[in-house]
Amino acid sequence: MINQYFPNVDWLIMWEETKSTLYMTGISVLATFILGTILGLILFLTAKGNMWESKPINAVISTIVNIFRSIPFIILIVLLIPFTTFLVGTMIGENAAMPALIIGAAPFYARMVEIGLREIDKGVIEAAKSMGATTGTIIWKVLLPESMPALISGITVTAIALVGYTAMAGAIGAGGLGSLAYNYGYQRNQNDVTFVATVIILIIVFVIQLIGDFITSKLDKR
Amino acid sequence: MISIKNVRKIYPSKQGELKAVDQVNLEIQEGEIFGVIGYSGAGKSTLIRMLNGLELPTDGSVTVAGRVISKIKGIELRKARQEISMIFQHFNLLWSRTVSENIAFPLEIAGVKRPEKEKRVAELVKLVGLEGRENAYPSQLSGGQKQRVGIARALANNPKVLLCDEATSALDPQTTDSILELLVDINKRLGLTIVLITHEMHVIRKICHRVAVMESGRVVELGSVLDVFKNPQQPITKRFVQQVSEPEETKETADHLLENYHSGRIVQLTFIGESAEQPLITNLIRHYNVIVNILQGKISQTQSGSYGTLFIHIDGDEEEVDKAVDFIRSQQVGVEVVAND
Repeated sequence: MINQYFPNVDWLIMWEETKSTLYMTGISVLATFILGTILGLILFLTAKGNMWESKPINAVISTIVNIFRSIPFIILIVLLIPFTTFLVGTMIGENAAMPALIIGAAPFYARMVEIGLREIDKGVIEAAKSMGATTGTIIWKVLLPESMPALISGITVTAIALVGYTAMAGAIGAGGLGSLAYNYGYQRNQNDVTFVATVIILIIVFVIQLIGDFITSKLDKR
Repeated sequence: MISIKNVRKIYPSKQGELKAVDQVNLEIQEGEIFGVIGYSGAGKSTLIRMLNGLELPTDGSVTVAGRVISKIKGIELRKARQEISMIFQHFNLLWSRTVSENIAFPLEIAGVKRPEKEKRVAELVKLVGLEGRENAYPSQLSGGQKQRVGIARALANNPKVLLCDEATSALDPQTTDSILELLVDINKRLGLTIVLITHEMHVIRKICHRVAVMESGRVVELGSVLDVFKNPQQPITKRFVQQVSEPEETKETADHLLENYHSGRIVQLTFIGESAEQPLITNLIRHYNVIVNILQGKISQTQSGSYGTLFIHIDGDEEEVDKAVDFIRSQQVGVEVVAND
């Protein structure tokens, strides 16, 4: 019955490509969360009046973040081809998409982390200092927990952007729903494939948003 | 316990140097509740932050509990800070932690092990009267309860000194009183030295033993609270004393009376300690042929004795009124003739 409406859809391939998209999104979200949080922390801590105040470091990180945030993703993939082949050994497949996905998303997320950290009440950091806390303790027990709702809602937005990025990466050979829609839907004019791939991507996005909102509201005790 | 010597703190600014703290010298004894009062911008906040090294003096030295805070750094400073706790105007609790977890935070910093930590937290919750609220989050607490958590947290590592940065300024009068009573109780029970800064004379009157008045970075007046109340020297001190001894209406009442009665005098009497307990007015009426009308009276308790003010209108024969006033002057009571016609 269902094949009547979607004559060109091979459901097995669709499932494989969905898993591929989920895999790329999952790993890149995780890596972006870690790398972006570290970059965001450095941006915050080296800013004026903070614990590691350093104009040069802040300027350098800030410039790098701004550059990578400004490059359109499709161009970034192309620019990173030599780097990716050096790192992964190939330009084809899911893993080859990772460097571009992470380098594209982490700077974007780092800015969100920085904004989240800046919203923490300065008095709370001062209180921790007045108790004799080390900078490490302040990071782990004050900065991260107190900004966690912002970090989670930030990674939700970033994860959704990453789903979009995987589709673009698909266009140059990474696989996933994006490449399926491009290779079959667009190149062979099989609109039903494009339609199904789009619906699945929408479902993934909705689920990510739902999970993100749920965790944020659970964490936020303000 | 605390020794501040020739301390200055200068901030560079566009209009030249800004002297936040200017040549301050203070000695604070162990077990004392010491108050610093001043309007905002007087430098009191900078001064109290130098006591735990959150601010460093431009020059001069700050010694607390045998450690030269203005010199030490790193681990030594962090160790010292565990003995010098601080509570804040806006409480500065971690919203992501419950009451118990907030109180446990300084214990975690000090590396206290779990069973002992839990025992200590339970003790502290009891000490500040928050039993039953252990698992509440700060957003579920009232201002007074939040400050109690702040106090418990500050006491966790058995500090030698407690610094209070406008600790009651964000609270309503009733809650302020209950927090102040808690501070006095802690001071007596644990022998803790307390330094507090405030702009409310009420706070000084209620709990401090000694007070320093700050204006533009300098300490302009220093003494026991009772002395300062009895005999304020500087205009700014007089204004602060008026905050508590002279309610707004007094002047209005006096003006009103002066309009209605064109004779007699309005006299402000100031009683300190034991003199507050003498039957002065009775003696006045018995021995002199005058009419006494009580306009306004107030007795305030301080940590070292009571302090009272009384406004009276004395009327009668001019000569007799003069004699009456002279009599009051001979009675170890402060007398000030507010106005006469």
